[in-house]
Amino acid sequence: MSLLSVETLSLAIRAEPILRDVSFEIGAGEVFGLVGESGSGKSMTALALMQLLPDGARAEGAARFGGRDLLSLGERAMCGLRGNEIGMIFQEPMTALNPVQTVGDQVAETLIVHGAADRAGAAAAARDRLARVGLPAERFPLSRYPHELSGGQRQRVCIAMAVALRPKLLIADEPTTALDVTTQAQILDLLKGLVAEEGMSLMLITHDLAVVSGMADHVAVMQDGRIVEAAATETLFRRRAHPYTDRLFAATAHVPERHGAPRETPLLDVRGAVRDYALPGTRLFGAAPTFRAVDGVSFTLHAGESLGLVGESGCGKSTLTRAILGLEDLQGGRITLDGATVHAGRRMPATLRRKMQVVFQDPFGSFNPRHRVARLVAEPFHLLDHAPEDRDDRIAGALEAVGLSPADGARYIHEFSGGQRQRIAIARALIIRPKLIVLDEAVSALDVSIRAQILDLLADLQGRFGLSYLFISHDLTVVRAITDRVLVMKAGEIVEEGRTETVFDAPAHPYTRQLIAAAPAIPAHWTEDRHGTG
Amino acid sequence: MLRFAISRLVSLGLSLIVASLVIFAVIEGVPGDPAAFMLGLNADPAAVAALREELGLGGSLPARYLDWIGGMLRGDFGISYTYRVPVADLVAARLWVSLPLAAYALALSTAIAFPVGLIAAARRGTAVDAGIMGATQLGIAVPNFWFAMLLVLVFAIQLRLFSAGGFPGWDEGIWINVKALTLPAVALALPQASILARVMRSSVLETLGQDYIRTARAKGLTRRQAVFRHALRNAMIPVLTIIGLQFSFLLAGAIIIENVFFLPGLGRLIFQGITQRDLVVVESVVMLLVFAVITVNFLVDLAYAAVDPRLRRRR
Amino acid sequence: MRWPPALLLGGALTAVFAVAALVSFVWTPHGVEGLNIAEKLRTPGATYWLGTDHFGRDILSMLMVGARTSIAVAIVAVGMGVTLGVPLGLLAAARRGGLVDEVVMRGNDLIFAFPALVIAILITAVFGPSALNAILAIGIFNTPVFARVTRGAALSLWTLDYILAARVAGKGGFRISVEHILPNIANLLIVQATIQFSLGILAEAGLSYVGLGAQPPTPSWGRMLAESQTMISFAPHLAIFPGLAIVLTVLGLNLMGDGLRDLLDPRLRRAR
Repeated sequence: MSLLSVETLSLAIRAEPILRDVSFEIGAGEVFGLVGESGSGKSMTALALMQLLPDGARAEGAARFGGRDLLSLGERAMCGLRGNEIGMIFQEPMTALNPVQTVGDQVAETLIVHGAADRAGAAAAARDRLARVGLPAERFPLSRYPHELSGGQRQRVCIAMAVALRPKLLIADEPTTALDVTTQAQILDLLKGLVAEEGMSLMLITHDLAVVSGMADHVAVMQDGRIVEAAATETLFRRRAHPYTDRLFAATAHVPERHGAPRETPLLDVRGAVRDYALPGTRLFGAAPTFRAVDGVSFTLHAGESLGLVGESGCGKSTLTRAILGLEDLQGGRITLDGATVHAGRRMPATLRRKMQVVFQDPFGSFNPRHRVARLVAEPFHLLDHAPEDRDDRIAGALEAVGLSPADGARYIHEFSGGQRQRIAIARALIIRPKLIVLDEAVSALDVSIRAQILDLLADLQGRFGLSYLFISHDLTVVRAITDRVLVMKAGEIVEEGRTETVFDAPAHPYTRQLIAAAPAIPAHWTEDRHGTG
Repeated sequence: MLRFAISRLVSLGLSLIVASLVIFAVIEGVPGDPAAFMLGLNADPAAVAALREELGLGGSLPARYLDWIGGMLRGDFGISYTYRVPVADLVAARLWVSLPLAAYALALSTAIAFPVGLIAAARRGTAVDAGIMGATQLGIAVPNFWFAMLLVLVFAIQLRLFSAGGFPGWDEGIWINVKALTLPAVALALPQASILARVMRSSVLETLGQDYIRTARAKGLTRRQAVFRHALRNAMIPVLTIIGLQFSFLLAGAIIIENVFFLPGLGRLIFQGITQRDLVVVESVVMLLVFAVITVNFLVDLAYAAVDPRLRRRR
Repeated sequence: MRWPPALLLGGALTAVFAVAALVSFVWTPHGVEGLNIAEKLRTPGATYWLGTDHFGRDILSMLMVGARTSIAVAIVAVGMGVTLGVPLGLLAAARRGGLVDEVVMRGNDLIFAFPALVIAILITAVFGPSALNAILAIGIFNTPVFARVTRGAALSLWTLDYILAARVAGKGGFRISVEHILPNIANLLIVQATIQFSLGILAEAGLSYVGLGAQPPTPSWGRMLAESQTMISFAPHLAIFPGLAIVLTVLGLNLMGDGLRDLLDPRLRRAR
């Protein structure tokens, strides 16, 4: 007996088709995973069920839920249903809560709007639900405001809000994508526990195959607004009947082929690096308190090496990166590049800056929208004493090296997709032939299939130009795929360092073990005997 | 919260000190000899000397500044050269016209702008919204003193519902004075209300696009509930800024509009002071106006903190 | 790209007054300097389209010449605000969090405590009334407006990765401000300039009305209104036409500002 049965759901926003004939069923107490890359329509499916679609969207088809059709219910009936029978949580916990209301009031509101309790009763229930999601009364009184909580804690509040009335179905739209890996594991555990305890069904929307493999009973794979394949989770993972599913799998597990071996010459040397920040003054007089973001970090990166730097948000890796790039000064210790000391600002000569370039995470904020690609790519020429005579040839060469055509130099950045933009960012880093490229979460914002292509490109360029990479990422899978050695950073310190395989296969530090255990993984034996079952 | 209030109070004090220095420097520093300036070119040297004596110009600039500030703190604003009475008395009488006028106008403007802006946001894209936006666009473009003249023309001269100007004084009863201030307040308030309504509308629309509104809707709140329980308070943050800025416009507007209605307020006093080169009056009234603006902005800062818990902890 | 209707309407209105002001340099329907008591207080008609004032001067001609004053004062005051405020805002953003930033921002706050009228009062009390006072007062008032808008917009750009990339490419604060920041906030500044321009027209009218602006014999809209006040019961046209001129110019500029914003920044259009 299914709880929710979606039949040929189609959706268009201002006549542009978004979903086509989407059909699936969710059984009572079941976890249903909806997987797809960005733009596949998985979030829109959820919003259509809740009737929370953007203006101008029209849904057709049917979604039967307890004898009613969710798509044809009136607004009044939907309000009675949302939060009561169907709860929903979203991707971005940082903005999902009202900043000027206490978390207690926000959780209690679910009960109050549905007339399930009076003010005192709702507060008691809120207290109870918050404790259930891991925010006990002693440490998290109802009077806390959202800005006093971390991202993971806010997501717990959202969950408490969504399950306050014990709905039959909880829709979770990328609930852990914005969270760190250890927090993600905790939130996923919490969701799993709630499903088991309350007999609730869960519709889990995610781009991450590994997440879904550990959570869902059934999985559907979406591409371009259609469900291309659906089955029981293990069956689907073993069978991969549709070519798109198969491609998605290959991309997730992709390990680029790498050439060339690191030499023994040290290129970047960090010795006892310390970076303090002044905290916003809490006292009117006296010295401002400081926060030590980087605390005595030392490591060496060798020529031709690919070194990973792994850590969760707030561990100090971004701060360390800015110091290495010569954007901010250290309060202690020393960073040398090719034997010369790195300083912030003008004190670092162009001849030294030339040896190091960077690729950032955000493919959309990485370029001045008013310049053409050729000018964007040529920006590091500023570090040369005078513009090279073969300027245009070198721009064309850099674009070709990253798989674009020289003609692309005349276009503007908004004409390119996210993956193409990361290629342009790599071309910009490459153009003055640096020795070191710092890759700051450079593939984190990309879909898996694009990510695999960029990783291939990076591996290829490293072999061709003898580059060294400092690869900074929160994503263990990616770091494992592309680095020779890895550093694990926690609370401003390097807690473990070693060859990548060694660290991943036999982690020594408890934190590393915790990180690796928390990272979701597809069970190894599911992928071994491909096409074997079914 | 207390710490926030104290730190704002410190910055209020600093602002007042710097502002008073600027005013003092312009009024007493720039003309060279204020006494000669006040008496004009053909003044009798003996009279100038007498005035110098009276104004205490013998001392050094820093000493005179401290004298001035010290006097102000004690409520002694000096003696007006033209009126021959303490400036404090002149100001006190007139303050009871200008301040109620500005407050009346601010209250009117807020009372009109809030519902109008909210309705426009709720009916976004409809004829109602378009009508409100058109009317406010016109309202912003109208100079308040001209609007005041039109009000006089219609309500005082044609319809004879109000008097064309003048102020009976608070001894004559409250109602008659409120009536006398009504046309000026309306003239001041409507253009300001137009601005405020537009800010209100765009601020509410902006908040309605936030993630937490979607969360609220997913909890089962109706569109209306989401607006009143979640959007409104968040939308108040930019609206408060504008209300704070508006106070200084209203004060300036009140000074101008007193001329239209022949109201015996600070505006009349200061313009007479300028014409008669009575620097003692000008200096004190300007300081008072600046004091009012800075204080209102301090209150707005406190209101921010009351609305937004995120501010209470910072600095 | 389709031109927003607000831009066309606003542009047309603004153009009417700009052209009238320019034409007044070479031609006006009647002279504005001489007295002609025989023709005083005419109501609008064939000879004097908008009537005459108590000295017999043609209202239309005076409005045309007055447009010159209004527009000139507003342009110079906005220019002053832009040339002082924008570099200060860029500097504060480039040195964000530092002493320079703090000084610029506190200076801004200080000037904000002085409404344009109060600045004008201060200047006039010491130097006597003139059109220059109005320009100075409005210009000083505009400076922190532009500094604040510039700094706010620049700050959000400074956190973007392309600015970091430029810094990695060895570019300094000045070069980044000019090459990357300024072009990307230009739209915002143009829209702000239009708004300040219209506020400048309003402020100039107010200052002239209370006698702190343009002095006789320079015709100005604000003073025409001040002079009409005592005659409003028997010659309302003296008050109505200058007021309408102000309203239409300001309306035109505001519509143009809205239209420009729609044209230049699709992101702001959504937020409205």
